Amino acid sequence: MSRVRVLVGTRKGAFILESDGKRESWTVNGPHFPGWEMYHIKGSPVDPNRLYASQSSGWFGQIIQRSDDGGVSWRPMDNTFTYATQPGTHMWYDGTPHPWEFKRVWHLEPSLTNPDHVYAGVEDAAIFESFDGGASWGELVGLRGHGSGSQWQPGAGGLCLHTIVLDPSNAKRLFIAISAAGAFRTDDGGTTWTPINKGLRSGQIPDEDAEVGHCVHRIAMHPSRPNTLFMQKHWDVMRSDDGGDHWHEISGNLPSDFGFPIDVHAHEPETIYVVPITSDAHHFPPEGKLRVYRSRTGGNEWEPLTKGLPQQDCYVNILRDAMAVDRLDSCGIYFGTTGGQVYVSSDAGDHWQAIVHDLPPVLSVEVQTLT
Amino acid sequence: MSAGEIRVVLPSPLQSLAQVPREITVTVTGKVTVRTVVDAIEARHPMLRGTIRDHVTKERRAFVRFFACQQDLSLESPDAPLPASVVDGREPLLVVGAMAGG
Repeated sequence: MSRVRVLVGTRKGAFILESDGKRESWTVNGPHFPGWEMYHIKGSPVDPNRLYASQSSGWFGQIIQRSDDGGVSWRPMDNTFTYATQPGTHMWYDGTPHPWEFKRVWHLEPSLTNPDHVYAGVEDAAIFESFDGGASWGELVGLRGHGSGSQWQPGAGGLCLHTIVLDPSNAKRLFIAISAAGAFRTDDGGTTWTPINKGLRSGQIPDEDAEVGHCVHRIAMHPSRPNTLFMQKHWDVMRSDDGGDHWHEISGNLPSDFGFPIDVHAHEPETIYVVPITSDAHHFPPEGKLRVYRSRTGGNEWEPLTKGLPQQDCYVNILRDAMAVDRLDSCGIYFGTTGGQVYVSSDAGDHWQAIVHDLPPVLSVEVQTLT
Repeated sequence: MSAGEIRVVLPSPLQSLAQVPREITVTVTGKVTVRTVVDAIEARHPMLRGTIRDHVTKERRAFVRFFACQQDLSLESPDAPLPASVVDGREPLLVVGAMAGG
């Protein structure tokens, strides 16, 4: 019988939640790395026992951990994320040039075909990759070398490369997103990169057609339609059907134009999920009601999903890496909150239950479907 | 304790990371300084590279401090000789996670 393993990164450690395919009864394993910020944990699609984890601390910096037994044991790997070229400068909040400084790894994206190949998105924004299971890292220098790097400006959370999406039909094509530079695509395995921000409309930006400067929060893709991308942006939910060359808004009847995560149903490429949040400074759900919104039409028409979620006095946030879907026949949807809850719906969002209530603030949620 | 063996006390997060007890010993040949002691720590426990000082610049991480003999040595040159009682093993060098965070 199939099982699911949920990998949860929090401000104070990692947790592994496991259940059978019913997703009703759960075991909680952790904390792993107690006290450390666990920005992201993700497993290899081709070897589910191979996990990578980003462990960091304001005191002791960045660690990369790897497990070869599904999270039972871990070993620290290379943590040298050295910019490959003279870093130059990006733009600081006040518009002045600011040197690039490595701070942390936000996101780890294992290859779709090779468990030893993994990408890392870091702050200050750059992308690294390892071909030896994390034993060494090298920067894909073409991204910062694109030429617009001097114009990249950090969002409130820092100049972070937080999203890496791999095209399952083309190993040379990757999509990444940076707050607040925008989205980029490579079609040659990371040698050269193209900004893909046409059509993004970001209020308060003087030049809305600017090549960079858009605060992309998250991009999602269904593997069967790699040219269709869905984006939750600082303002608006967007869609592209040409691999990011052009975007159009699909916010429709959402109660807020702000949010962080976005994801796609495992078996329905036009069914997407977001969690609207009140912008900008509030960062909690509108009206104190925690509602996941689902569109079965690829956007524009959204329905609130509320059964089992708190509908009063709820003021948590759901961060950009804290939503995931499993691949069971009845698709499971998962998300974690800054209040320490991890919710699951085993029926594509119709009904929800909390797997755990009281973890540290949740930074990331990933799900592995195991057979 | 033989000559050149330096006692070092690590903060608990680094003990966990390196899977070592609170106090370790490292062997330093030649001049005993913060730099040579950290060099020896990193050589013996590679997973600690980057956690005490920057990989590239070798500068102490902002919230890491070095104490010994009731003295804060953090702002001293990393090439300054450590106190004799650290060199001869009577006192440990303390690597401390600074009190920070409000």
